[in-house]
Amino acid sequence: MPKKITIEPVTRVEGHGKVTIHMDDDNQVVQSRLHIVEFRGFERFIQGRPYWEAPVLVQRLCGICPVSHHLAAAKAMDMIVGAGTGDGLSPTGEKMRRLMHYGQIFQSHALHFFHLASPDLLFGINADPNIRNIIGVALEHKDLAVQGVMMRKFGQEIIQATAGKKIHGTGAIPGGINKSLSKEERDSFLKGEDPLNIDKMIEWSLGALEFFKGYHKANRELIDDFASFPSSHLSLVRKDGAMDLYHGVLRAVDSEGKKILHDIDYQDYASYIGEEVKNWTYMKFPFLKEIGKQDGWYRVGPLARMNTVDFIPTPLAQKEHELFRAYTNGKPNGMSMHMHWARLIEILHSAEMMKELLNDDDIMGNDLVVKGNKTLEGVGLLEAPRGTLFHHYRINRNDQIEMANLIVSTTNNNIPMNLAVESVAKKYLNGHAVISEGMLNAVEVAIRAYDPCLSCATHALGKMPLEISLVDKDSNIIDKKYSG
Amino acid sequence: MEKKIAHFTIDNKECTATTGVSIINAARENGIFIPTLCHYEGVKPAGSCRVCTVKVNKRHLTACTTPVAEGMEIEVDTAELNDLRSSVIELLFTEGNHYCPACEKSGNCELQALAYRFGIMAPRFPYQFNERDVDASHPKIYHDHNRCILCKRCIRIIKDEKDLPAGSQGRSIFAFNQRAKKVKIKLDDRLGKELSDELAQKAMDICPVGSILVKETGFKTPIGQRKFDKEAISLDNSINLKAMKEAHHE
Repeated sequence: MPKKITIEPVTRVEGHGKVTIHMDDDNQVVQSRLHIVEFRGFERFIQGRPYWEAPVLVQRLCGICPVSHHLAAAKAMDMIVGAGTGDGLSPTGEKMRRLMHYGQIFQSHALHFFHLASPDLLFGINADPNIRNIIGVALEHKDLAVQGVMMRKFGQEIIQATAGKKIHGTGAIPGGINKSLSKEERDSFLKGEDPLNIDKMIEWSLGALEFFKGYHKANRELIDDFASFPSSHLSLVRKDGAMDLYHGVLRAVDSEGKKILHDIDYQDYASYIGEEVKNWTYMKFPFLKEIGKQDGWYRVGPLARMNTVDFIPTPLAQKEHELFRAYTNGKPNGMSMHMHWARLIEILHSAEMMKELLNDDDIMGNDLVVKGNKTLEGVGLLEAPRGTLFHHYRINRNDQIEMANLIVSTTNNNIPMNLAVESVAKKYLNGHAVISEGMLNAVEVAIRAYDPCLSCATHALGKMPLEISLVDKDSNIIDKKYSG
Repeated sequence: MEKKIAHFTIDNKECTATTGVSIINAARENGIFIPTLCHYEGVKPAGSCRVCTVKVNKRHLTACTTPVAEGMEIEVDTAELNDLRSSVIELLFTEGNHYCPACEKSGNCELQALAYRFGIMAPRFPYQFNERDVDASHPKIYHDHNRCILCKRCIRIIKDEKDLPAGSQGRSIFAFNQRAKKVKIKLDDRLGKELSDELAQKAMDICPVGSILVKETGFKTPIGQRKFDKEAISLDNSINLKAMKEAHHE
């Protein structure tokens, strides 16, 4: 750890995107690439640290979804301390972790939809960036802005009650959790003063869905056609095929809905998923080994989850899932902008799950930690807000981490984001040799649909530091524009 | 023999204490907190951290090693001395490799608590990034030299007292190894092997930082219930007050 290393930029989380678009002599788009120029060193500098430190250290990857990293690392450590995964923990341990996780999904999705995506939808892609931001939303659509802020607050309060802090808590420890809820804490979420109670959260989640569906009706072309392309989809699902964002087996379906990864135990993920490195980006390219590097890529995240699961095990979200699936006649949905729709269904599902967990007395139990026979290797997976998150660790006999491999959600979406950018580039650029303001905005909107971690900077005020270069066939830069 | 009472002042306040007790203890008896990182009640003071530096009759002296005497004029809480203490704490932060965000001692760490007490936002000195190793070979103790401030508490307090004649001080289980810049604390090869669970826990508890850790117990205390989560380090919650009470009780 004490090596003299300067990491600059600090992590891959402080988002900075770079896009290059290659044109031929006839000003036709040949290729476009989204470069992630940040370097992440976590897999290296965790080496030598004690295994029980991993859930607290690795979550520093991110300030937006640290809970996902915290829990994925803790799940891997459950394996190492012999507690198994998922149902291996005590009921209190597992349910507290689930509550933390659904609180996280709820707040992260609310942040994305209300703070980041809603300005594009409310003001239009081509609107002045000075208005197209959360301040603009607050000024012109006060109710929606307030809902966004309060829903995020509710999720953050759940995280604080389960993890100890709203950001970078310590609640999950190998084999369980370090606290349960008190009755007062539980009641404050169930019957809290308006609007901070779970019933209001469910009501507002339904309201946001209705808002989106209305918008979809009025803007069908944008929502259905923008950055739409077929792909495979991957996610965890519960053993019976239900949506389960905390634990399950790994499933992938192709663009026709045929299973291509058959509900495998994720401890064996490395037998099924490979990672390719390319010299123009720090982000790796995961692929399904059986299909190969070229065609084995897949999408993860809310859209993928809607396509992989058979049903959602909460009644209100299940109704919405049925509508969602019916829109594409039961076939997988490949429309990037439908990611927003899927995200809103998950907000509703998370709210319903939180209510179910809060009403379960196990959440106030005292049996917090389970341990069994120690092993030297563990894999922890879960469905983070942005998609499937992989944590894999190996330790030595002195309890020090020897190897860590992380495949973060955004990495899984690497090729899909590149394709989304290419689809937009072709639509807006073919025949032109300059980057228009509309083109710049459209690329942003396409990338933003995936809510990638690189847009963490976006989480400030709806701006993504993005650099777009237009390159001719001889690699000369024809045009360059910045935003953010 | 009757104990002799000394009359002295701390920051112009009239105080009394038994002649010969250390200034740090005399101050405590009069309700005045002098911060320290190395001193521990009941064991011989080392004067190694210098955080307890005070002025006695205009001279800088460490409060843990100086006995109180009649007529002393002691300065403790002055801007000059607090800046001096701050600078010592900042030097410790820059000399070691202290990463509070992932340290399991965070919230229970005296170095961190003093940094908060003195309002240190960033050190005024450049980080040294000294190369230190971690010794995880002991079955009970994870020893992180990156965080060690060489206070010698573990050497002075953690003793093997088995099979020793009554009144003997016991053998130190921890010891200095190597010299000068390379010096580090090491567990005695033979005595370390027999370290009991109780002594391992005590070693972790008396370590003012997160250098000595009992394996596989990290982060068990939730945020909000750790020692310095709600209150700054003070006379009421410093580790030495607890030790002093225990010593007096015994």
